[in-house]
Amino acid sequence: MMEPAGGPRGSGSGPETSTAVTGGETPTATAVAGDGESASALLDRARRVAESVTDPELPAVTLAELGILRDVTVQDGHVHVTITPTYLGCPALREISGDLHRQLREAGFADVTVHVQLTPAWTSDAITAEGRRKLAVAGIAPPRPAARGPVPLGLPGRRDPVACPRCGSADTTVLAPFGATLCLALHRCRACGEPFEYVKDI
Amino acid sequence: MTDDAWMTDDAWATDGPASARWAYGTGFRDPFVDIDLSAAPATDPEQLAARCLMLGDDALVYSHRLQQWITRLPELEEEMAVANIALDLLGQARLLLTRAGHLLGTDEDRLAFFRSEHEFRNVRLVERADTDFAELVGRLLVFSTWRLELLRRLRNSSDPGLAAIAERGATELAYHREYAAGWVVRLGDGTDLSHQRMQAGLEAFWPYVDELFQPDPVLAELSPELADPAALRSDVDAVLDPVLATATLQRPSVAPAAGVGGRTGRDGIHTEDLGYILAEMQSVARAHPEGVW
Repeated sequence: MMEPAGGPRGSGSGPETSTAVTGGETPTATAVAGDGESASALLDRARRVAESVTDPELPAVTLAELGILRDVTVQDGHVHVTITPTYLGCPALREISGDLHRQLREAGFADVTVHVQLTPAWTSDAITAEGRRKLAVAGIAPPRPAARGPVPLGLPGRRDPVACPRCGSADTTVLAPFGATLCLALHRCRACGEPFEYVKDI
Repeated sequence: MTDDAWMTDDAWATDGPASARWAYGTGFRDPFVDIDLSAAPATDPEQLAARCLMLGDDALVYSHRLQQWITRLPELEEEMAVANIALDLLGQARLLLTRAGHLLGTDEDRLAFFRSEHEFRNVRLVERADTDFAELVGRLLVFSTWRLELLRRLRNSSDPGLAAIAERGATELAYHREYAAGWVVRLGDGTDLSHQRMQAGLEAFWPYVDELFQPDPVLAELSPELADPAALRSDVDAVLDPVLATATLQRPSVAPAAGVGGRTGRDGIHTEDLGYILAEMQSVARAHPEGVW
């Protein structure tokens, strides 16, 4: 399920999107520890691999840039990766875990456990500056700062406009508040006429 | 079984291991690994489990009702919205049922698919089939406003599992509420016909609103902020009233739907609708209880 950056994203957000898992992959257990690699070097390498895994639904950014990679530790050669879901119902978690397992295995880590952490809850504010830049380059508008405190119920027109990631115009409108995945909305730029996706600020 | 805390490697195998039963197809196991649940809950475990079931069943049954709208909505954008909202609620339901499962020695699938009507603890509000889109958005506005206020108060719950779900769930609900409010205003303050149908939509489900604010001593124990249902209600009204006013709609003044001997959804007394929902939702799991795919 590793898609090239800019490739087609998962189009559905229903639970059925996670059924496209191909089976039969035999884990290749390559020896890692004990090759003279120090514990800290091993940890660095595991961390680099985990950090480089991209999100299946937003392949332009890595899990680390999206802010859902919480921790990587190595104990006796066993890698523990902790991630957090963007949304409680996020159907991509399985793909994410599968990608982590696969890429760490390819890097020689045979024993991998993926933990899911619920608190603190993910917020779109956790997306890094580099992640925001990459999203914009991929034509996806990065989120505005999420509203905090008591959530006021606003009626349309109360928020700053989202800038178009293609032409930069602030003259944009919401086409659909819920997009192709749980984390996206669909907007359109009135200046250049292009529709674009927006990472929901939450 | 591997020691993976959430996904099993087995889920990627082709020979259908026990851990890849169809209902476990998403590889979901237990997301509470990083939350210390070992301390004996201050609340009686059976009572705590019952509250997790109540909140989980609300989300599960309502999610199912919303899913039934898919392919029947007026616009593609609304299809995406309602599907996304249903998926969010399903995510909340799964975690709440999982937490209840911890306490009862069972799991989310057994709770979702092998309980009978009288064992479900959802409020009756979520059972009704909407007659039209106006009723859908009206009920979604009330449900998400109420549930948001409820979960917001549970974020500091004495049960860390419940608190974690409430924390994340609240932000999702705020987004649902925003969506529903936008449509209620658009339809209420639209044409004569849309106004009339929006008002009729509110009237249709309003008898079940009262039930949302029944006092519950165990919830009060879990969060002191829930000790006073009148305060919860006034916070919900503080959101609903301006939306209804902007939409030029009247708050319905209808008598609450009667229970049976004072018992309602939370006691396992439901409307006729729930049986049909469960028949559809549970039929595959019950026909193939150990089915693998």
